[in-house]
Amino acid sequence: MYAFTFERPATLADAAKLAKAGGKLLAGGQTLLASMKLRLAAPEQLIDLGGIRELAGIRKEGNRLVIGAMTRHADVAESKEVQTAIPALAELAARIGDKQVRAMGTLGGSLANNDPAADYPAAALALGATLVTTQREITADDFFQGLFVTALNESELITAVRWPIPKRAAYIKFPQPASRFALIGVFVAQTDGGVRVAVTGGGNGVFRHAELERALDKSFTPAAVADVKTDASELNGDLHGSAEYRAHLIGVMAQRAVAKAVG
Amino acid sequence: MMKVELNVNGKPVTADVPENTLLVHLLREHLRLTGTHVGCDTAQCGACTVIANGRSIKSCNVLAAQMQGAQITTIEGVAAADGTPHPLQAAFNDCHGLQCGYCTPGMVMSAIDLLAHNKNASQAEIREQLEGNFCRCTGYQNIVKAVQQAQKTMTA
Repeated sequence: MYAFTFERPATLADAAKLAKAGGKLLAGGQTLLASMKLRLAAPEQLIDLGGIRELAGIRKEGNRLVIGAMTRHADVAESKEVQTAIPALAELAARIGDKQVRAMGTLGGSLANNDPAADYPAAALALGATLVTTQREITADDFFQGLFVTALNESELITAVRWPIPKRAAYIKFPQPASRFALIGVFVAQTDGGVRVAVTGGGNGVFRHAELERALDKSFTPAAVADVKTDASELNGDLHGSAEYRAHLIGVMAQRAVAKAVG
Repeated sequence: MMKVELNVNGKPVTADVPENTLLVHLLREHLRLTGTHVGCDTAQCGACTVIANGRSIKSCNVLAAQMQGAQITTIEGVAAADGTPHPLQAAFNDCHGLQCGYCTPGMVMSAIDLLAHNKNASQAEIREQLEGNFCRCTGYQNIVKAVQQAQKTMTA
């Protein structure tokens, strides 16, 4: 690995100051370090968030779960609070990458990276989560802005995510067999504000699927979405699957997710 | 250079290392614990798996500096003090759970974590939980058998 400097601040304020001065934030590092080895990223300074205690943890606040940005995937997967309140979220976390990656990877890191095939962005968008940062609160609808792009500015850190507890929800993905990233993943949630459906793996970043939402608002059953088609011209294809294949997968994953949500 | 203080196999360790030192290089090159292998160096194969604060991680995908204060266990630290192999080491031996042996330290560390968190794991769960470890000899049948045998001796 090339040479860089390393800071491990103990407070959020210090981390934000270092980020403003141009440092790159390091959460679990499961994407960033691999990217640095390949020179896809080449920051001159890393700011390790692992020493800031207040960033990790899970608690219930009224009808919401609040999960700290540095909470590891394994901790979300094993949390009784999450398993009870939003089982779909615990199950999603249990299937990110492999178990060694889940031991290091973090919620905030995944959301801030906004990989177009990552799992957490689908959960945040479908559940209508709110991302709390060092500067403001951002709804998931405003946060994700396409391929690896988010609403975060350079010196802004996600501190926690607030998840409204849905009536019913489920996430089903068709994993790429080697990486476990989603070829297509569909998160369905029946919320107080209606049904929300988010799709990941389509190529340009996570998105809500209006036709699936309309169909499920009328009838929250797998049959209701069996005939909902997705326009392949809005998706990307790659060597793992064409855009047409992914468009078809959205319908199949949506039906399975609804079947799972209604139990 | 920076100072990293951590605990490896029950012993406190202080090392002055360059900031870009990966945990696996701290273990192998500074502490001379060469049982932990570098396979792919891209966080895919799992040959570098060690246990950090109770969970298996890929030590090629973590900076030593991130492990400040951590409790690390490597393959050198799993046998009993008198040299008796860990039940998983014994089971890999009995079941011939290795061919070339390159992936074995990572497999054993990953399996220790697996059984610590799910001692009654089914065969399907064992296969799923070992997905982060590759055996390039494709000797998976006997690896799974070894984990199942150790599971019996460890819960007996």
